[in-house]
Amino acid sequence: MSAGMMTDAVAAPKRQATHTRRIKRHGGGSPLIYLIALVVVGFTVGPVLYGVLGGFRTNAQLADKPAALPSPWVLSNYTGVLTNPSFWHYAVNSTVIALLTTTIVVVFGMMAAYPLARYKFRGREPLFLVFVLGLLFPATVAIIPLFILITKDLNMGNTWWGVALPQAAFALPMTVVILRPFLMALPNELEEAALLDGASRIGFFWRILVPLSGPGMVTVGVLAFVGSWNAYLLPLLLLQDDMKTLPLGVADFSSEHASDTAGVFAFTTLAMIPALVFFLALQKRIVNGLQGAVKG
Amino acid sequence: MRLEILFFVAPALLVFLFFVVWPIIKAVQFSVYRWKGYGPLVDFVGLKNYASVLQNEVFTDAFMHNITIVVFSILIQLPLGLAIALLLNRKMWGQSALRTIIFVPYVLAEVIAGVVWFQLLQPQYGVIDTILSAIGLHGPEEGWLGTPDVALYTVIAVLTWKYLGLAVILFLAGLQGVPEELYEAASIDGATWWQVQRKITIPLLGPTIRTWAFLSMIGSLQLFDMVWILTGGGPANSTTTMATFLITEGTKRSNYGIASAASVILFVVALVMALLYQYFVLRRDSQDAPRNKRAKR
Repeated sequence: MSAGMMTDAVAAPKRQATHTRRIKRHGGGSPLIYLIALVVVGFTVGPVLYGVLGGFRTNAQLADKPAALPSPWVLSNYTGVLTNPSFWHYAVNSTVIALLTTTIVVVFGMMAAYPLARYKFRGREPLFLVFVLGLLFPATVAIIPLFILITKDLNMGNTWWGVALPQAAFALPMTVVILRPFLMALPNELEEAALLDGASRIGFFWRILVPLSGPGMVTVGVLAFVGSWNAYLLPLLLLQDDMKTLPLGVADFSSEHASDTAGVFAFTTLAMIPALVFFLALQKRIVNGLQGAVKG
Repeated sequence: MRLEILFFVAPALLVFLFFVVWPIIKAVQFSVYRWKGYGPLVDFVGLKNYASVLQNEVFTDAFMHNITIVVFSILIQLPLGLAIALLLNRKMWGQSALRTIIFVPYVLAEVIAGVVWFQLLQPQYGVIDTILSAIGLHGPEEGWLGTPDVALYTVIAVLTWKYLGLAVILFLAGLQGVPEELYEAASIDGATWWQVQRKITIPLLGPTIRTWAFLSMIGSLQLFDMVWILTGGGPANSTTTMATFLITEGTKRSNYGIASAASVILFVVALVMALLYQYFVLRRDSQDAPRNKRAKR
């Protein structure tokens, strides 16, 4: 899925969260509502939970009674994955590529958003428009030339950077589009005071703007990280063997061990944990990032 | 000051030009050559690649699959998402936990969700078929993903599971923008809950719904991961999308010219639909009150 989709999805919901509690709504919590909520929750987490629990069962258990709890609970599927060196290769690759992508996106995105937000110069809006137009191009459109550029021209096929750089490039438009209004909203008085005190614009950027923009950087950083962590198409074309990322590893494992359902469940469960934990842990920060920006 | 601007903007701009703009230009260039990925670009064929893509039944079917997915995604997720959002938009116990849970499928990688569903949907021994047979029903003989007439709708069902949370969360966010006074006024006037939803909430949610539908449409047009994992485009090409078509042509058959032509067509289709949507649907929002404009980003 495209980066654009991701952003809107994560951005909008967070914004409202803190307002929720004080708003009174019609009707109360009738049992029917809870029943519906329960059905929705079951539908939503059912498959995920089934996978997590399925990892604690044997294939014989799964075949015998597909819809039952583990009995007895077995750990062998999970330990099997955790002692599989390939799993750790994939996990390391996913982590490094996601961190590289995030770093490039946040550092370059902040730097680019700064003059676009706070300098007045001719050509500022056209320059911004270049990034906005970038939102229109999904990586799918450029995937074939990108594959050739990375593998043949740059000789960066099967490397961390070879995936991280294009991923960051495709995440940059959204980053700049999110960060620019964020930086614009910081009060002008801050800048004036800093300049009066003899700071240069670059000094103002490093010493004042960057520290104040923590929440905004966390927002775009989380989006870039999760986008990279979940990415499939570009790594699929560029990475082989021990350089593969977790989604590729999951897909391989699933097709090579299609009949080892329990093993597949254990593998997918372990692969999904980091993105989930990361997202849940930073949920609050994302909320603050998007709200804090506007209030300065 | 010029130097400063350059210093700040150059890194992002260079990466962007090199890894986004340049490959896109190359895609257009490749699309007018017959090229297998090695040697110089010499075999100029004009628009022949485009003609061959557009005459290829696999591609036109893939296009129709994309359109089917666009239409069904909106037709299923809109009412369902709206209903759930309206129900959840009230004081209730465990609300914030509920919102987090609903969002979980969206945060998962499409690949991981796809692999789990692939197992659940296995014919006979998969849990879906087991549950069905327990209540006296049975799935298609060759499985939900193995029967050509059913496979596309199975993919759509899994996509609904994956993306319904997004619709709910966006609609809930939009509901926060409805001023409380309106609800108070309506309740003083003796409006029922349903009247309030129909006459006040849903109309005011218009901009959010239209933005969501736009995102959903663009996502459906580019769909790749989920299809690749669940069916690989099969059986008998019954679930190919434009993206799986171009990847198959490019990586499995090394028909880079054809693949590039398909990618340009995919982009043009998405662009045209985006512009039409902008013109006919989203335009209404910008003519509305400034409040609504904000919701539109």
